[in-house]
Amino acid sequence: MIEVTQLSKSYGDRLAVDDLSFQVKPGVITGFLGPNGAGKSTTMRLILGLDAPTEGTATIGGKRYRDLKAPLHEVGALLEARAVHTGRTGYMHLLALAQTQGIPRTRVHEVIEMVGLGSVAHKRVGSFSLGMGQRLGVAAALLGDPATLILDEPVNGLDPEGIRWIRNLLKGLAAEGRTVFLSSHLMSEMQQTADHLIVIGRGRLIADTDMSVFVSQASSGAPVRVRSPQLATLEQLIVEAGARTESLEDGAIQVFGLSAERIGDLAAAGQIALHELTPLQVSLEDAFMSITKDSVEYHELMPTGVGAGADIATDSEATP
Amino acid sequence: MTATAAPASVRIGSGQRVTLPRVILSEWTKLWSLRSTRWSLLLAFVAQAGLGPLIAVITMSRWSHLSPLDQATINPIDRSLGGWHLAQLAIAVLGVMTITGEYTTGMIHSSLMAAPKRLPVLWAKLIVFFGVTLVLMLIAAVIGFFGGQAIFTEHHVNVGISAPGALRALIGSVLLTTVTGALCVGLGTIIRRTAGGISLFVVVFFVLPGLVDILPSDTGNAIDPYLPSNAGSTFAQALRDAHTLSPWGGFALFCGYTILVIVIGAVALLRRDA
Repeated sequence: MIEVTQLSKSYGDRLAVDDLSFQVKPGVITGFLGPNGAGKSTTMRLILGLDAPTEGTATIGGKRYRDLKAPLHEVGALLEARAVHTGRTGYMHLLALAQTQGIPRTRVHEVIEMVGLGSVAHKRVGSFSLGMGQRLGVAAALLGDPATLILDEPVNGLDPEGIRWIRNLLKGLAAEGRTVFLSSHLMSEMQQTADHLIVIGRGRLIADTDMSVFVSQASSGAPVRVRSPQLATLEQLIVEAGARTESLEDGAIQVFGLSAERIGDLAAAGQIALHELTPLQVSLEDAFMSITKDSVEYHELMPTGVGAGADIATDSEATP
Repeated sequence: MTATAAPASVRIGSGQRVTLPRVILSEWTKLWSLRSTRWSLLLAFVAQAGLGPLIAVITMSRWSHLSPLDQATINPIDRSLGGWHLAQLAIAVLGVMTITGEYTTGMIHSSLMAAPKRLPVLWAKLIVFFGVTLVLMLIAAVIGFFGGQAIFTEHHVNVGISAPGALRALIGSVLLTTVTGALCVGLGTIIRRTAGGISLFVVVFFVLPGLVDILPSDTGNAIDPYLPSNAGSTFAQALRDAHTLSPWGGFALFCGYTILVIVIGAVALLRRDA
């Protein structure tokens, strides 16, 4: 259990984390979501005792990280910036960490095999690819078999196979009753991994909700795409029924505020032929964009509208 | 959703605590697992062990060209131990890098997450680095001294370890280089950047003495003995220069500077965000 209580952190004038409070519970994967620069990494650094909070507290199992007697046994962490000396081999890096709390060499070999670095463990980390570096970071996090895992953008730099691997690994760890807290700026990644969501923007809490709730809320306002040879008549019926329409470039319309069933019934009653009637899913990516758009620090990365463009923007961000 | 799933039994490791001896073992592994460390230590060792005998060989081969005064006043102790000038530089650079190497690569985050009390990391680094350099420099200085004296026998200007100042200069050259290393670990902890840390060392040890030299001599002579470089070198040399502190007095002052730097480094390590 991670508990963050009224946590604030300012760097000079800049408030990176602003009165943030939330809990991360064991047994589920909690996603920590927010645009780049929202304060996710800073919050994690505060939890891990690397930075000192300006105000508030962050505890793990009721204790501040600094007060943990055997921290690697209690918390495993992967930071976004690689926290490894590039001149050392992966094995020596893990061994040095293990030795600080009496973790045996056999465990070092074990985690190396677990993350699939067996063949390169004795190569210098400087020669590692981004994905291998990420796997080494995961190995370090797992060294002490910790009850809590804190991972900052763990899928960064991983290939699709690596992403699937880490997703299954985290699900397995959560199923064992561990607390798993991972950050991402990619909603699509969270959608497939996390059970619970904590969303922040500009250092403030925006949402703290179960993924299922978030998904149903996000899709409730989804539009329906309609094509018809008698579009003008149909549009009139729809507007009379209290809904709103929007014309699309290809001649179709989007209907907001009516279900596909109701639109179909209206068309049948008016004897209007339908060529298409498609309920659209608001992607979680879009929902995420719409709830965080006011708190995005890097506006130039974001399109003004919320729609198809948002997906493109996030995809380009995802490309390393 | 599995929000209400009862936590299954988590297999937690035996929960071995972080202790200073364990962090020391970790720092020992860290020190020897870097190629740059091994090369720097080798350079320091070769300098301390080899430069003295090399100077002795050159001196003996040029013997007939030396003036009678030079021949009469030759200082076989300092000539055989003179390698400390270079050894000190190599160890200083390595001392800075043992800590700045962690900051520049981000390794410091891993180190501090493993030992979140922070100070044990600094103490362990100091103990390991001081211990390793002390043993190496002691062996190197003994080789340098006795190797040099063996070569000086050619023209019978060799001295024994019991000669006035010989043992003290030998111990002095060893302690000066190793304490300089500890000072530079502290310097690196304060500065956190390799280039900055090494620059500061060079400024204090090599530039500052030059600046003091061009002051009016009464002012310069008043400051000169208290410069870290001069306070230290008086301890590592058998022959005492003018305007210097006593060997042990100079060394005590040098240790004082070192402790001050380390204390500032320790406070900075505790107080600052990593």
